Amino acid sequence: MKTNRAVRTPGGLSVRLDVRAFTVVVLLLVVALAASVALIGTGDFPIPAADVLRTLVGEGDAGQEFIVTELRLPRVLAGLLVGASLGLGGALFQSISRNPLGSPDVLGLGQGATAGALTVIVLFSGSANQVALGALVGGLVTGFAIYVLAWKRGVHGYRLVLVGIGVSAIVTAVNGYLLTKSDIVDAARAVVWMTGSLAGRDWDQVWPLLALCAVLVPLVLANSRGLRMMEMGDDVSYALGVRVERVRLLLMLSAVLLTASATAAAGPVGFVALTAPQLARRLTRSPGPNLVAALCMGAALLVTADWISQRAFGADQLPVGVVTGVVGGVYLLWLLVTERRAGRI
Amino acid sequence: MLVESPPEQRAECAPAPPNRRAIRVLGLLVSVVILVLVTLASIAVGAKELSLGQVWHGLFHASGTYGDVVVADRLSRTVLGLLAGAALGLAGAVLQALTRNPLADPGLLGINAGASAAVVTAITFFGVTSLSGYVWFAFFGAAAVGALVWFLGGSRGATPVRLALAGTAVSAALYGYLQAIMILDDAALGRMRFWTVGSLASGSDSTITQVVPFLLAGSLLALALARPLNAMAMGDDTAKALGAHLNRTRALSMLAATVLSGAATAACGPIMFVGLMVPHVVRSFTGPDQRWILPYAAILSPVLLLGADVLGRIVARPAELQVGIVTAILGGPVFIFLVRRRRTAQL
Repeated sequence: MKTNRAVRTPGGLSVRLDVRAFTVVVLLLVVALAASVALIGTGDFPIPAADVLRTLVGEGDAGQEFIVTELRLPRVLAGLLVGASLGLGGALFQSISRNPLGSPDVLGLGQGATAGALTVIVLFSGSANQVALGALVGGLVTGFAIYVLAWKRGVHGYRLVLVGIGVSAIVTAVNGYLLTKSDIVDAARAVVWMTGSLAGRDWDQVWPLLALCAVLVPLVLANSRGLRMMEMGDDVSYALGVRVERVRLLLMLSAVLLTASATAAAGPVGFVALTAPQLARRLTRSPGPNLVAALCMGAALLVTADWISQRAFGADQLPVGVVTGVVGGVYLLWLLVTERRAGRI
Repeated sequence: MLVESPPEQRAECAPAPPNRRAIRVLGLLVSVVILVLVTLASIAVGAKELSLGQVWHGLFHASGTYGDVVVADRLSRTVLGLLAGAALGLAGAVLQALTRNPLADPGLLGINAGASAAVVTAITFFGVTSLSGYVWFAFFGAAAVGALVWFLGGSRGATPVRLALAGTAVSAALYGYLQAIMILDDAALGRMRFWTVGSLASGSDSTITQVVPFLLAGSLLALALARPLNAMAMGDDTAKALGAHLNRTRALSMLAATVLSGAATAACGPIMFVGLMVPHVVRSFTGPDQRWILPYAAILSPVLLLGADVLGRIVARPAELQVGIVTAILGGPVFIFLVRRRRTAQL
């Protein structure tokens, strides 16, 4: 199958289009939207999909409109944005560290954000917004520490992952200490937060995340060409005219911001940042970081996982992080078995 | 591949010249002396300070004085630290050699997660509340997950990548299960949050007698594997050409690592950083020869573990910091320093 096609416009501009990648992105968007509609319709007061769509375009009755726009739409939007940020952040980190396991979960950004949130919960018994702020600060400080500690005439893939593992071990210990210090009520609240949950998210969480994504996503995509070159090694990219360290700093900063703010909004939802880029890459079958596909895959994954957790365990019994953890793990197992049968790894 | 060492960094395993060997033997003796000192400190230091004379009295002429009781109490904890430390260090060294991967440790291969999941299951569904009860669950959980990871990683012809991926996948799935239970069951949360940080305070004679057979068998097996692991370091093809049985070595190494880290985790909770860090430190002065790395790791890991435990008792006196927290907070910066200073992929 011919996968690349040049699209020429009358004005003289031409774009190379990877047909398979494009199809995958469109399909993922459709899946994400379908799951969103299903998720909006799910809950103690079920709403059929047709009514959901009618309400979304402004023609539903008043009761449904309140439930949809005030209660469930912000949760779904938060889910989409968190998933997209995690997918994109994960793809960036995996590409920068050139390592499928170099995702924010392994590097300790999730744990760093958790440490910030736990500090607020355990030491100050803060409100939900303060917890989110603590998580954001924790994630940013951790990301900064990892970058500075890994810096030595440039940041290199191995060193980044190894330093991340070291930082993550320290922060995990701090988290464990905070958990043992807390009383059981705070500990229970902390554990729910640490699993990652979308319950009770409203417009206050959506707007900042949306603004951040609106700035960062175009910025990241504009630099994706340099990132793709960097996968061939620093020397080659220098030779091809990429300012390696500048692009890397910019992209890492964006990835840290995306991951930290997603974590601040929903808690460290496990495994999305690790699996989404891998899944996207396998579906598009194209080389390079596959940023757009990873972004859409993250959004689709998270919303679907939330829908599953609502359907399978009843409304808000179990947070979405449990489902992403179990489903992600089982997916990776399946992947290992099939790849092994096909003899590819 | 996680981190692949470039070929030029693999030093060859030629026998060391005599004077280097003498230095290494001397270094081993010095390490033993340090270990003895740390052991004495671990018995003497705590909420009630003991003099060396009191420690001596309690160890060899116990007559039931107050000091003797304290010594007896701290002795079991110290012995547990010695055993668990050696086990974690050996397990880490074997896993790193086996997967040719400096990031390998019992945590990465899912063994800690297996033990944790089994303990949570024991507490929640079987109503086990005593340590001596859930030690066995933890052990079998670790062993089962070790075997599962080994099988998923491709058993015959497992590669480092596959093992690491299988370990990550299994621990992620188990972690989700763990979180779900801890959210739904407050009693499990109450216990687990203390167990999961890793502590030697649970050390008692019954814990020790339960794990000793496993730890001894695992240690002997690990030490016996030094030569084949040396051959494996040269790459699979060369190892085969040198007459190493690849699959047998892999299976036995996995077995040794699982037994060692499973038993250690069961006794004192998941203490992650010792197994990851000590082999790195050791390699920086022994070079890549497993016949030296393994004994050094077995002696220096308890030094780290007991030293961290003593420190935890000094810093937070009269309470204490759990040893898992101290090892991570101490070990993390050292590890980062090593990563920055050296080419870490020396395996």
